[in-house]
Amino acid sequence: MKRRKFATLLLGTALSLSAGLAFAQDKVVKIGSLSDQSGLYADLGGPGSTLAAQMAVEDSGLTAKGWKIDIIAGDHQNKPDIGVNIARHWFDVDKVDVIVDVPNSGVALAVSNLVKEKNGILLDSGAGTSDLTNAQCTPNTIHWTYDTYTLAHGTGTALTKSGGNTWFFLTADYAFGAALERDTTAAVQAAGGKVLGGVKAPLSTADFSSFLLQAQACKAKIIGLANAGADTTNSIKQAAEFGITTSGQKLAALLLFITDVHSLGLKTAQGLNFTETFYWDLNDGTRAFAKRFQERAKNHSMPTMVHAGVYSSLLHYFKALDALGGNPHDGAKVVAKMKEMPTDDPLFGKGSIEPNGRTLHPAYLFEVKSPAESKGPWDYYKLVSTISADDAFTPLAKSTCPLLKK
Amino acid sequence: MQALYAQLLVGLINGSFYALLSLGLAVIFGMLNIINFAHGALYMMGAFCAYFLLNIWGIGYWWALLIAPVAVGIFGMVLERTMLKWLAGLDHLYGLLLTFGLALIIQGIFQNYFGSSGLPYAIPDQLRGGTNLGFMFLPIYRGWVVVFSLIVCFATWYLIERTRLGAYLRAATENPTLVRAFGVNVPRMITLTYGLGVGLAALAGVLSAPINQVRPLMGENIIIVVFAVVVIGGMGSIMGSIITGFALGVIEGLTKYFYPEASNTVVFVLMVLVLLVKPTGLTGRAA
Repeated sequence: MKRRKFATLLLGTALSLSAGLAFAQDKVVKIGSLSDQSGLYADLGGPGSTLAAQMAVEDSGLTAKGWKIDIIAGDHQNKPDIGVNIARHWFDVDKVDVIVDVPNSGVALAVSNLVKEKNGILLDSGAGTSDLTNAQCTPNTIHWTYDTYTLAHGTGTALTKSGGNTWFFLTADYAFGAALERDTTAAVQAAGGKVLGGVKAPLSTADFSSFLLQAQACKAKIIGLANAGADTTNSIKQAAEFGITTSGQKLAALLLFITDVHSLGLKTAQGLNFTETFYWDLNDGTRAFAKRFQERAKNHSMPTMVHAGVYSSLLHYFKALDALGGNPHDGAKVVAKMKEMPTDDPLFGKGSIEPNGRTLHPAYLFEVKSPAESKGPWDYYKLVSTISADDAFTPLAKSTCPLLKK
Repeated sequence: MQALYAQLLVGLINGSFYALLSLGLAVIFGMLNIINFAHGALYMMGAFCAYFLLNIWGIGYWWALLIAPVAVGIFGMVLERTMLKWLAGLDHLYGLLLTFGLALIIQGIFQNYFGSSGLPYAIPDQLRGGTNLGFMFLPIYRGWVVVFSLIVCFATWYLIERTRLGAYLRAATENPTLVRAFGVNVPRMITLTYGLGVGLAALAGVLSAPINQVRPLMGENIIIVVFAVVVIGGMGSIMGSIITGFALGVIEGLTKYFYPEASNTVVFVLMVLVLLVKPTGLTGRAA
């Protein structure tokens, strides 16, 4: 009698254990869209990124296959501590599997470390710093869309080669600005140019005239704007006011989004050269996506490359989950699967993910159209040249990512 | 050395915004005893008002200088009549919290409709271009801002400190009951004063529209600096806030030249120093 009881108990335990195993891989996914929802980067990421994530869920076709996918959004307010707290809450309480977007390099680096600790996934589209796939890479982070290397080697190299061989940097004083200045300096020097000086401006500065005067006094041919969002638009506007552009110095907006151009107006922005990896009017695939996005977006704005990156990275994530047959809730495992599979979507075309977490796809050097060239709202860019995926991102041999040393 | 002159001038330009804004705050605090945290949001509304006037009705910059302060001033008076009025006689904290909440609501509404990157507003044709001063290229518009705000600042000072109306106002803050006994409508005067302070904020908003992007959050950062200016100058002191506004603009400009990383904090360092040495502010009287 006693023995039979023991056997039943054993069977019961075994059954419950196997049930536990079956539950480990399910078809439930929770996405956290972590962004600056109300500050200077809210238009280039923010609510638009949540919409892009929503569209990716709908277009993945997974819900028809019985998957349950939820999206929640959070506002990191450009503060690393707030970003990390939200992410921690998401992993611990809300059981979030994957965090997307995360503009602001300072926040992204902090969140990336937490994501590794929690074995979650970070698909970063909004942040610029190339450190995410270099010294600070993790097996849980994939960096989509662009990084400071792309911007440096797109705009920096092109402008230096076309005669702008002396540079002065106006840099946003945080992780992103520092990384962008470092990478651009390297690109400029490699192309035979010289950096004459620079100034670090605090994030969210309203008046750049003091800094612009220093740039003017330095007499460098190119003033490199290593900043983003409203900081960039304010510097461009004020540079025009102080006659910098008419006196022969040229502005290099190293990071410019379509929402920035829209906000500046073509009259002020025309002629600017800059690098992006997505523009809504590139091909039929991008146009179709942009049209659907614009209809649903608040303010009916066109998607930025950050929005496109959120969409495309999630599509790839869903493909990996589909291939795995379920969600293992194991960040490193899913990321490894994502790196195995080639990327292919209508927005960025065919590409791949490097072992350090860097997604490879082409980048484009654009020029802002003049008001006469533009056919209407949002018709802003002229394609100057295409930068191949190999030139747009850090070559694997040069990457300082510890994951590569095995 | 040339660069230094340029930085001094740029500092003076920024100082004129600080002066205009802190003047409005000082007027409101001095006369109404309200710490008006909605000032930054009202400054932003002034800039948006100019944008709407131009893009909806085709009314240009010059009329905007007049219409926007009046329109936003009326909005301010409605706020005073419907909400702030009930806080009279209570602790400062209540007014601070109410206006802070209002600021968040106003900014949130504008952000919901206009996003965060801002809208373009061009410099009026008459003030385009600039002159070369030898040590710097001075955009005409910036020069205009300095001159115009100096005039407005001193006109306001004159109105409050030197005219009969100003005397009534000051008397009403000291002893409202007695002033009422002389047949002066004190509540109406208080409403108008709040409208005046708000109008000054809106005027600063219109002035800044062609320089900065017209953004819902444009008042968020500047208001903190302006509060520091008011504290340094002495709460409620009209002349103190004008002078401190310009002076701090210059000090900030110099910091941007010598140690740019500290340019966002230098004002607050000064504030701490002033509070430690002379808690009533540079020109303030002991309460």
